[in-house]
Amino acid sequence: MTQIAFAPDVFTWPADDPALIGSRCQQCAAVTFPEQPSCPRCGSVEMARHLLPREGTLWTWTTQAFLPKEPYASGETPETFTPFAVGLVQLGDEVRVEGRLTVADPARISFGMRLRLVIFPFRTDEDGTQVMSYAFTPVEPVEGNR
Amino acid sequence: MTDVAIIGVGIHPFGRFGDKSAIQMGAEAIRAALADAGVEWKQVQFAFGGSREVDNPDAVVGLLGLTGIPFMDVYNGCATAATALELTADAIRYGKYDLGVAVGMDKHSHGAFTADPVHYSAPSWYGDIGHFLTTKFFGMKINRYMHDHGISAQTLARVAAKNYRNGGLNPNAFRRKPLTEQQILDSKMLNYPLTNYMFCSPDEGAAAVVLCRADIAHRYTSHPILLRATALRTRSYGAHEVHATWAAVEHTPAPTVYASRAAYETAGIGPEDVDVIQLQDTDAGAEIIHMAENGFCADGDQEKLLAEGATEISGRLPVNTDGGLIANGEPIGASGLRQIHELVRQLRGQAGDRQVPGTPRVGYAQLYGAPGTAGVSILST
Repeated sequence: MTQIAFAPDVFTWPADDPALIGSRCQQCAAVTFPEQPSCPRCGSVEMARHLLPREGTLWTWTTQAFLPKEPYASGETPETFTPFAVGLVQLGDEVRVEGRLTVADPARISFGMRLRLVIFPFRTDEDGTQVMSYAFTPVEPVEGNR
Repeated sequence: MTDVAIIGVGIHPFGRFGDKSAIQMGAEAIRAALADAGVEWKQVQFAFGGSREVDNPDAVVGLLGLTGIPFMDVYNGCATAATALELTADAIRYGKYDLGVAVGMDKHSHGAFTADPVHYSAPSWYGDIGHFLTTKFFGMKINRYMHDHGISAQTLARVAAKNYRNGGLNPNAFRRKPLTEQQILDSKMLNYPLTNYMFCSPDEGAAAVVLCRADIAHRYTSHPILLRATALRTRSYGAHEVHATWAAVEHTPAPTVYASRAAYETAGIGPEDVDVIQLQDTDAGAEIIHMAENGFCADGDQEKLLAEGATEISGRLPVNTDGGLIANGEPIGASGLRQIHELVRQLRGQAGDRQVPGTPRVGYAQLYGAPGTAGVSILST
């Protein structure tokens, strides 16, 4: 089965231990995700590619209970749409990254919970190609209440 | 610098108006503002017009009279109307003109706003994977705020119920049917902890303001309202903002805090002096956060203030007396001038059923939106 990343240069893929690809300012050490050509903190144009930590903690989150309008490209319809949760995940002490969570039930999500990066099939195209995206999954098994 | 006065306000109701164009609504709002000021269109020396959907708000001149005046169009996200107001005021403050008009108009399609993420400096894949939603950001922001400061879902419902109730007193509002706190809590969860009835909707409408040099305002009106300060700010490094794939660990306050501080300093007015308040309530949580970001309470005090009814029309901190965005919807270009229209009515004692008691002397308006832009205006009698 062919598995391709939804976009180049967002995460290392294929890879045994994939990581998100960010950038780090060579002047002030600010970290961005994804890579960008200049620093949002000091304005320097000396940015270097930087792989982000694979684990982190949940800083904040919400759920997405309705089908997003285009450009959402999951191939879902209002009838087939599966609600999901989105978190802002602090990776080490470097940066907070927005990403989908693999758990969607608010009762199973808590502030500060430990999460790790996973790559998952976001959409399957007609030719069977799986389009892969990134998400964060709980490190420890989660109970049904907080 | 010359002081600036507001001598006329006009509004086209907010809601849904079939085939009627935003330009027509804008022209009607300007006519209403001119009539309020006792000024004719041919006396207007210049104008700024704001819109998201209309490329050229200046096309209203085709309906008002082709007088050849300079008419500048602006778009600045949800702070568009504050931007049109500031630019109009600045042109008078710096002595270029004596009298001008700020107008905002819009006509949005149904449902949450969308666009190409690339225009917000976000990667195109950000939309592909379903993250390019303002509602998601507001859910994340208030969820963390509630966790940090002990705000309950009941308080979110209280905000929304108040704004629908105030909308019921406002003949120009979009949503005029009161809803109970329970109905609001029980409506569909859209972005946890925010339910359907806690959000405003994009809609249609227009509003306009006539401004002039304060020293000539008495030629037109016996009740000029002074525009004491306007301030606009974008986000600083460390703020967590709309349409961002990431946020810094380092923390800095939201752009509203910086705009608010600057406006208070310019006006020589503090939050304790403000009698009537209009805040950006994109959702019920935003109104709660903005109460603190604009200096009206400490973080967490909102839980008690809402329970006491402090933000009701009759309370000591009346917020969104005309129903705010939750009851009026958000035609982006017009929304902030709707706030100014309401403040002027309140400060003149002309707000009818929703008049703040006593003699309100100072009004405050705040806008906030993507990708991290805030506008604050302070008015006084």
